[in-house]
Amino acid sequence: MDAPATPLPGTSRRGFLSMLALAPLAGAALSACGTSGPGGAGGGSGKASMWYLSGQPNEKIKGDNIAAWNAANPDDTIAVNYFQNDAYKTKIKTAIGAGQAPTIIYSWGGGTLASYAAAGQVADLTDWFGQNPDVKNSVLASTYQAATVEGKIYAYPNENAALIVFYYNKKLFQQVGAQPPTTYAELQALVQTFKAAGIAPIALAGQSRWTSMMWLEYLFDRIGGPEVFQAIFDGTAGAWSNPDALKALQATQDLVKAGGFITGFESITADSNADQALLYTDKAAMMLHGSWVYSGIKNDAPDFVSGGNLGWFAFPAVEGGKGDVKNVAGNPAQYMSISAKATQEQQDIAKKYFADKENGIFCDAVIDAYIASGQVCVAAGIEDKIAQSQDKDFLGFCYDAIKNAPSFVQSWDQALSPSQAEALLSNIDQLFSLSITPEQFAQNMDATVGK
Amino acid sequence: MALPALLFFAFFGGVPLVGVVLLSFTQWDGIGAISWLGIGNWTSVLADPVMWKAMGLTFGIMVFSWAVQTPLALLLGVFTAGTQKYRAFLAVLYFLPLLMSAAAISIAFKALLDPNFGLAATLGIPILVQNWLGSPTLVLFVVIFVLSWMYVPFHSLIYQGGARQIPKTMYEAASIDGAGTVRQFFSITLPQLKHTIITSSTLMVVGSMTTFDLIWILTAGGPGNATRVLAVDMYLRGFRANEMGPASVIAVLIVLIGLLLAQLLQRLGGKDKTSSQMEGM
Repeated sequence: MDAPATPLPGTSRRGFLSMLALAPLAGAALSACGTSGPGGAGGGSGKASMWYLSGQPNEKIKGDNIAAWNAANPDDTIAVNYFQNDAYKTKIKTAIGAGQAPTIIYSWGGGTLASYAAAGQVADLTDWFGQNPDVKNSVLASTYQAATVEGKIYAYPNENAALIVFYYNKKLFQQVGAQPPTTYAELQALVQTFKAAGIAPIALAGQSRWTSMMWLEYLFDRIGGPEVFQAIFDGTAGAWSNPDALKALQATQDLVKAGGFITGFESITADSNADQALLYTDKAAMMLHGSWVYSGIKNDAPDFVSGGNLGWFAFPAVEGGKGDVKNVAGNPAQYMSISAKATQEQQDIAKKYFADKENGIFCDAVIDAYIASGQVCVAAGIEDKIAQSQDKDFLGFCYDAIKNAPSFVQSWDQALSPSQAEALLSNIDQLFSLSITPEQFAQNMDATVGK
Repeated sequence: MALPALLFFAFFGGVPLVGVVLLSFTQWDGIGAISWLGIGNWTSVLADPVMWKAMGLTFGIMVFSWAVQTPLALLLGVFTAGTQKYRAFLAVLYFLPLLMSAAAISIAFKALLDPNFGLAATLGIPILVQNWLGSPTLVLFVVIFVLSWMYVPFHSLIYQGGARQIPKTMYEAASIDGAGTVRQFFSITLPQLKHTIITSSTLMVVGSMTTFDLIWILTAGGPGNATRVLAVDMYLRGFRANEMGPASVIAVLIVLIGLLLAQLLQRLGGKDKTSSQMEGM
């Protein structure tokens, strides 16, 4: 599924090309496709194996990290292969289904990880974390929720969080004499202000669907509080028909009807970064997006960022809503699990790699590299490092927001099962194109509860 | 002689086909165990309005693409069958889209049609600044247009070959009888191309059943479900929702309908397919 899961700027979601290689009818034959077995065929030699996402800067950070690890641990080497985001999601699923998964399985936690755990494909790390509290406490505590399935921890959260924030173009705000909105009513008023000035109020890559989902994540929270989605997540019957949920769905369609989103948003994809381009080419004033976009914009339009034209703010409060304005949504971290099908030796190497503070998966060099690239690292106690960073304003804003958030809603399509997530994205697409009503949306989604 | 090819087909065509039929009666998320379900997938898919909408769209695109592509390809093919130098030059231009992959074509059209950064917006042609791919009504026509742009050259090539096989003597005889170009086209070229038309139409109709790559990149089935044709529906169910059972049901439906349509079209050619159409030759 597509999800705001990859903090890789620039190239995040271009995997669709590789998907074309999959003949639509070949479903049954796919289980025979796993090439890189637990032994780690291909991509260099190593006793343990890992698959990772391609795309800079993270591919280089991972490459350097693995090179340092292999140099320091010649007896416990790890081989790493890189795949494009969407291609990876299909490939890892197929490989796990065929019992050919790499030693270290990278995921985004939540529903997908739960499906791996239910099939007995990933190792239970609860006891290991109990014996290694240092490792467990090296990352922010809020990240463990999405790694936990029925009270057991199946993954090591690390790397970066993807927090969803509002970005805005300061130049355009100045032009119409506006301030960042603190309430949803102000946001609605801004829509009219920008429209009157001939500027598109909000950029949205609607074809990618998970981009539109981010709006619902926040509106559900601000209107009904985190309990609304929690009930959905828990599989409560009729949870999507909660009156607050319907109110949030209605608010979404009202915003579409008011022309809040740029013309043609239905056909814009996030893969091409066209939504970001709309913001920094002064065509749109605001955009709700993941924190990885910051480094992407910095990369594509360095002058725009260094000139102080990029601003950001938290999703505003909704009048009379129950959600705390400090609540956030996004992906709490990246999740590394260990394949239950790997040999004992491979599992031990992976655990050593997780725990090592010199050259391991989340050592200081890696943390520094993430901060330097403008990403929101989830290591605990790195306030000083962030304060010294070139991007301290943005990173500090995000890090504090995550640390102080009363509730961190995981991206819905990651939190839910793949089957529910696909139904959700499909219905969101129809909601935003106004082809179904909020009631129909709730009805369609209620039918998926428990699937 | 045919044995290697048969084995090859049995392994890469037959085995997956049987596998898909079996999977359509099971519940499988692609990761865990496969469990037998019986006809549950079939009843749920056949009762699903999303599938029926996809079916309608698929047939809509099939009929419209055929209606657009066949006359264009026929005329272009017959035109380029002539031996004049300028026709050979134009033929090269017409066949350019054949050199590009569906992915390249879709990405190019997506960029050109973008309402904010596309061709029309950049050149400032207001009439062309439409929400081409974002409006549920416009998008269908855009998809049919791009599909036609991509496939007309291929079918022109088939017609070109067919037209070149028509003996010159027939035209010579016709012109002695006083038939003009138009009369020659309808009385000689068209009837002589009957089997070529059937071949080309079969390819179009069966090809439309499985159209995936172009639509997937252009619209991913959206906006809403406006371009969610059967193949896209199958992909989303199988590889996004991890519901291999229902996806296999749709795959089987595509195969069955495709085979049926191909058979029907072949019947149109008449029973005595092998008999000569060239009376007196």
